[in-house]
Amino acid sequence: MSMNSVGRPTRPETANDTVDTHATLTGARGLLQDEALIFERDGWHKTGVDLPEASAPADDLNSLLRTAPIGLPGLSEPEVVRHYVRLSQKNHAIDLALYPLGSCTMKHNPRLNEKMARLPGFADIHPLQPQSTVQGALELMDRLAHWLKTLTGMPAVALTPKAGAHGEMCGMLAIRAAHEAKGQGHRKTVLAPTSAHGTNPATAAFVGYTVVEIAQTADGRVDLADLESKLGDHVAAIMVTNPNTCGLFERDVVEIARLTHAAGAYFYCDGANFNAIVGRVRPGDLGVDAMHINLHKTFSTPHGGGGPGAGPVVLSEALAPFAPTPWLVHGEDGFALVEHAGEAGAETAFGRMSAFHGQMGMYTRAYAYMLSHGADGLRQVAEDAVLNANYLKARLSDVMSPAFPDGPCMHEALFDDSWLEGTGVTTLDFAKAMIDEGFHPMTMYFPLVVHGAMLIEPTETESKQELDRFVVALRALAHAAKSGDVERFKGAPYHAPMRRLDETLAARKPRLRWKPVAEAPLAAE
Amino acid sequence: MRYLPLTPDDRAEMLGVIGVDSIDALFVDVPTSARRAGTVDLPLHAGELEVEREMAALARRNRSAGEGSFFCGAGAYRHHVPATVDHIIQRSEFLTSYTPYQPEIAQGTLQVLFEFQTQVAALTGMEVANASLYDGSTAAAEAVMMATRVTRRNKAVMSGGVHPHYVETIDTLAHAAGVATQRLAVAIDAEDAVIAAIDADTACVVVQTPNVFGTATDVTRIAAAAQAAGALLIVVTTEVVSLGLLKSPGEMGADIVVAEGQSIGNGLNFGGPYVGLFACKEKYIRQAPGRLCGETVDADGRRGFVLTLSTREQHIRRDKATSNICTNSGLCALAFSIHMSLLGEVGLRQLAAINHEKARALRDALAAIPGVEILTSRFFNEFAIRVPGKAAELVETLAGQGIIAGVPFSRLDAHAGLDDVLLVAATETTLDIDITFFAKVLAKVIAQ
Repeated sequence: MSMNSVGRPTRPETANDTVDTHATLTGARGLLQDEALIFERDGWHKTGVDLPEASAPADDLNSLLRTAPIGLPGLSEPEVVRHYVRLSQKNHAIDLALYPLGSCTMKHNPRLNEKMARLPGFADIHPLQPQSTVQGALELMDRLAHWLKTLTGMPAVALTPKAGAHGEMCGMLAIRAAHEAKGQGHRKTVLAPTSAHGTNPATAAFVGYTVVEIAQTADGRVDLADLESKLGDHVAAIMVTNPNTCGLFERDVVEIARLTHAAGAYFYCDGANFNAIVGRVRPGDLGVDAMHINLHKTFSTPHGGGGPGAGPVVLSEALAPFAPTPWLVHGEDGFALVEHAGEAGAETAFGRMSAFHGQMGMYTRAYAYMLSHGADGLRQVAEDAVLNANYLKARLSDVMSPAFPDGPCMHEALFDDSWLEGTGVTTLDFAKAMIDEGFHPMTMYFPLVVHGAMLIEPTETESKQELDRFVVALRALAHAAKSGDVERFKGAPYHAPMRRLDETLAARKPRLRWKPVAEAPLAAE
Repeated sequence: MRYLPLTPDDRAEMLGVIGVDSIDALFVDVPTSARRAGTVDLPLHAGELEVEREMAALARRNRSAGEGSFFCGAGAYRHHVPATVDHIIQRSEFLTSYTPYQPEIAQGTLQVLFEFQTQVAALTGMEVANASLYDGSTAAAEAVMMATRVTRRNKAVMSGGVHPHYVETIDTLAHAAGVATQRLAVAIDAEDAVIAAIDADTACVVVQTPNVFGTATDVTRIAAAAQAAGALLIVVTTEVVSLGLLKSPGEMGADIVVAEGQSIGNGLNFGGPYVGLFACKEKYIRQAPGRLCGETVDADGRRGFVLTLSTREQHIRRDKATSNICTNSGLCALAFSIHMSLLGEVGLRQLAAINHEKARALRDALAAIPGVEILTSRFFNEFAIRVPGKAAELVETLAGQGIIAGVPFSRLDAHAGLDDVLLVAATETTLDIDITFFAKVLAKVIAQ
């Protein structure tokens, strides 16, 4: 049945068999232009900027001067614009449609935040210009810190970590410094549940700890008995994600904290999922000692295809003295920075996480978002994030198999692949078919503790109408899978800019850059 | 609350579908003691106009670089960013996309990363590059850790010309991981001194060119000495525009190059977000940190791009991962890549030449002031001067007269005994009148 014979499909369920069988001469697909690499275009001697002439360099640089060409193509400004605009059109984005990646919180990125971050008073100031000339920036950092401390019920915050994993490292280094200060440097073990983000054990190991896993109960929580059996005076800390990566709140979190503290260890909480509880639950009340907060997740700073992130870490009284430099202090003449460990005011700082003061451009965006929502709005954020996830779970549970059917989930709904058993369709196939329906797939195969995991996080900025559209599409796909329409899934995606890509080939024959001498095209194996 | 689309009716209907009578029923797993009834003690939501006013009031209390004479460098540089760069990175499909985990609908981001990797490799003169790290300093720390994995040795020798913030960042990570660091004495022409410090335990030598005092160095001999001893040479560059004029680290024999890419396409932003460049010899790539984008084909045989070699990463390797890197600086890397594409070979060389010319003009103007001594002889766009008295106090005095005069070395390292040293930088954004004004006021202040 061709499109022409039935007319334009008006319902998602009817857009079934529109496989593209008409190859074009150029490789383009209508408005979707095939775009060569920027290195494969003519005109290497052009430039897209107008700069004045300069005199020859000084003689004392003679032996240091570049003689060989760099190997960079040059294009005019309109050519560059067209190149990147064409590329942009091959991307999915939250501004285009739902982006339900579990554990990644892809929500609306307000343009007001972009406008605020670009005020010259924030964007065009140097990290090392005199502190008397950046009092507004330092006050913004102080206010951001106040909001984070108030929302988490924690007394201190280190702003500088540049991403969530960097924040984990900050927290673990503070824990290590605290143990060393108490003469407890022999504590070399970190406990992490099997359901933890992979970054948790990676971070602990990277800073010199041995990682021991804690088992999980049948209902997706930390196994308290296993935790108790593994605690001891060799343990430095436990790292728990809460809400956890199964989308569940750790019911026993207070008891986990109590047991951990009784053993002389610290409680690190991965706060990636803070948007599920912001304004309703303060991690400080749960007994947390350190927790990073991904500003790009809970506070909407855009992720830009992979970053930048920002991962401030809130700290308990016990860990606060060890926070990394720079420290922001409020003196008689206004705000000041103590920039080096060991200096007056930061005697006990464990060191420095990076040059300068962290992700200022993200602080401005996050703070503008906080002001926009306020205390009332942020509480509503948590409620709507949880409501949306539970709504999806409720509406999909009869056609898909929820991994933990009993009780509510938090901000994300986790399914496994048992409902696909016998259909010949895998989680990956199902995900690729979602692309054809105009949705970004959910997170696949994570968390590792659930077979064929599908982790769906709608976030609080999705409307009921959009969720319903998503539900209709997923239910239709589920029925198609169960009715034996395997080809729809195996060949998917059919309608994306690219068909399914060979990730194994890329790893087996790594080709990580374009080379001036043409290489033979890669071919599927 | 304009960002939250659910209406009260929606919420009621959805609770009905779920089968609970209130939102509280969905928070039932939270211990009673931790459930908060009301709102936290913070202001309530504000409209767009109110937010703009509050933010603008804070911004006005900062003196931006564009307001006049400005000479700060020391790892962050003010360059002109073409309007096109900011326009393109704000396109929704770039700004609001996530990590390209579904390559079929992320080819825009992936092709950009592949092109970025190629640009960085070309610029640094290396075989391969990754898809960016957080910034130059964290990239340097990761490079040191990588060198310990490659060489199975446990000591890093750091030149006294490396930016002190970079040294502190490396030290923090190295200390935690049990890697020893040896920092050599701070010196304006410091790079050659590292050769004598290389021994059988040395995993890597870390040098910077142009270094923190602006000194440009040919590191060929250091590379040879390091490699002869079985160590790797890590070259740090905090001002990548210099690579448009100077020999690349790759040409001089570097094994790993890390750089701060902020200078191309990215603003000062009070220190971040920036973009860490990381390039190395191809044989070390499986030990490299961070994301990599690779070429492949799709089911129709068409060329496409995917994230690859991720078996090194935390989400798969967990406690055996090769780095602490999870995210990268995607959007900042995009800005870098667009600006680099606009410049091209011709534009980058021209830009570098102008930077050098401006810095020489600044040098000539300051050298003529009695009491000022120029300390750096071979520089690109930044150099150190000695002033009478404390540089930090001088900078405060000049700030009061509308000049952001540079970075006192004591701000970077308070214990080096260089309180009278000031780092000054000039770029294409430095106007001749800025230089004239600076020299005139500085001469007057020193004479007083």
